[in-house]
Amino acid sequence: MTTTLTTQTTSKTPKAQPSPASAPGAGVKDARPAMDEAGYAARIEHVSKSFGRAGAEQLVLDDINLDVAPGEFVTLLGASGCGKSTLLNLVAGLDKTSAGSIDVPGGRPSLMFQEHALFPWLTAGRNIELALKLRGVPKPERRAEAERLLELVRLTGAHRKRVHELSGGMRQRVALARALAQDSQLLLMDEPFAALDAITRDVLHEELTRIWSETNVSVLFVTHNVREAVRLAQRVVLLSSRPGRVAHEWNVDIPHPRRIEDSEVANLSVEITEELRGEIRRHGQH
Amino acid sequence: MASTDTDTGAGPQAPETSRTPEQPATSDPARTQTGKPDAAADLAGLEAGLDALDTRTATRPPLGQVLRRKVVPPVVAIALVLGLWQLAFSLRLKPSYQLPGPLMVWDALAEEWYKGTILSIIWQSVSRGALGFVVALVLGTCLGLLVAQFRPVRAAIGPILSGLQSLPSVAWVPAAIIWFGLTDATIYAVVLLGAVPSIANGLVAGVDQIQPLHLRAGRVIGATGLRGVRHVLLPGALPGYISGLKQGWAFSWRSLMAAELIATSPELGAGLGQLLETGRAYQDMPLVLGAILLILLVGIGIELLIFAPVERRVLRHRGLLTTAH
Ligand SMILES: Nc1ncnc2c1ncn2[C@@H]1O[C@H](COP(=O)(O)OP(=O)(O)OP(=O)(O)O)[C@@H](O)[C@H]1O
Ligand SMILES: [Mg+2]
Repeated sequence: MTTTLTTQTTSKTPKAQPSPASAPGAGVKDARPAMDEAGYAARIEHVSKSFGRAGAEQLVLDDINLDVAPGEFVTLLGASGCGKSTLLNLVAGLDKTSAGSIDVPGGRPSLMFQEHALFPWLTAGRNIELALKLRGVPKPERRAEAERLLELVRLTGAHRKRVHELSGGMRQRVALARALAQDSQLLLMDEPFAALDAITRDVLHEELTRIWSETNVSVLFVTHNVREAVRLAQRVVLLSSRPGRVAHEWNVDIPHPRRIEDSEVANLSVEITEELRGEIRRHGQH
Repeated sequence: MASTDTDTGAGPQAPETSRTPEQPATSDPARTQTGKPDAAADLAGLEAGLDALDTRTATRPPLGQVLRRKVVPPVVAIALVLGLWQLAFSLRLKPSYQLPGPLMVWDALAEEWYKGTILSIIWQSVSRGALGFVVALVLGTCLGLLVAQFRPVRAAIGPILSGLQSLPSVAWVPAAIIWFGLTDATIYAVVLLGAVPSIANGLVAGVDQIQPLHLRAGRVIGATGLRGVRHVLLPGALPGYISGLKQGWAFSWRSLMAAELIATSPELGAGLGQLLETGRAYQDMPLVLGAILLILLVGIGIELLIFAPVERRVLRHRGLLTTAH
């Protein structure tokens, strides 16, 4: 196991295409060249963040360094309150760093929240169409594109459904479709499945893996669930708490398809959980 | 304790037995999930089941039930009031020039109707009210957006705006008459001063009620600046905004009646307020009560015909309306 920053992933990805970095320009979208040139989907360098008034600041993130390679799936793991959401908000540009820099060469990343964050005044389909509109997709194409995205999350026919008429799992899928509608190269996910029951979450894990392998998007996925992190990721990054620092990294070489109850997933989860407990224990010692 | 969980209660030693046979652990790395139609179909079926189990459909109550719950009670209440009124009249609690019976009021209104003036009187007031309301809508919305969006503006005029709401707009009538004389401008000034603060305050309250999550989601998908106002702020604030509009209309109508009642002159077309004033001048109690009834009916009618359906529609679309409403 390594604590160094590895941007080259070694795990066997379920991607149809080879790593996009090695095949630049092959059927790619506008934002891709910039990203391929940079060689990363996101670069977080020496990022620190503190909250509160000057003099009484609380340091939440301390000197975070992290790269997400193009097409890579990284999970960010850490105890509650360690600053995972704060970091994602910084990458999404919703907040400013106190120090350090964040570079996202592929343009504005999309962000999926723990709650669905769909607009209740729009139907499921219109939520997606709004994201398309703001991205600049001309009106005649929006409807068909929204249908396609709904199909991608297996919600064909849900276009006219009101948000409150959908189940929790369906809402998160619409939210995923809306995030994908932005067509960004980087998808940030902040515990998007935390509020769901185990079976629905399982199903959405499979969907997410499938969509990731079909769309070439890079994913930075935040969770405090160790197994979920291992189940999904090519690389698991452990954040320490107070202040949040990158404590450890694991490459996950388990081949897809994976299931959350696979023994490899379990074994690595045990190892990571041990590490995480150690991290948490350190806080009890003083 | 740890804020992490190992999923679904399964211990760290994953039970080898729980894996389904068609998902071997050491599968060919080249094989992708999408390359497995069985698994995909299986997943789709599972999803369909989950969706079916957990989907709510909003049902509207049957018409009979709506009638029983919504129409019968107010009709009974009105009949009761009319009955008591008639009883008081029959018992001669007051002389009939002070307390006319329902039928006398009806006759007074019928007389106005046969004179052929009543519709133009109602129209005069309603059109004034509507025009004043529309102008108040534009001004109040702009003002509300400014107050809601810019902190210094809110600090400066926010409290004044909510204070103005509790000032009875009839208080403006003398000032308006001194400024504008007995003209339409006086009437509109009073209407605007009554309605604009309500509408602006409603919008501010609506904006404050928007979930921060929705604002952030809007920024993430690129709804910033004016596009943020158009696609997130205004629709998000709509429930509060509509109750502000409702109140704004009530205030316009009230202010209008106050203005018409006081600012009477031959140059000003006669509205309901002037009808009331005429009744008072001639000590014509049936006409006075009739005019009061008309003012009430117009106010209630516009609320019921315009604002209530819009509000219900907005709330229903957002899942904020239970079927009991
Ligand atoms: N706007 C803010 N102002 C002040 N403190 C904040 C703010 N946002 C976050 N914090 C603090 O930063 C720390 C990290 O919060 P954050 O939400 O990033 O944690 P998290 O890792 O996402 O936790 P969880 O797993 O519970 O979602 C917390 O201690 C929180 O109190
Ligand atoms: Mg969080």
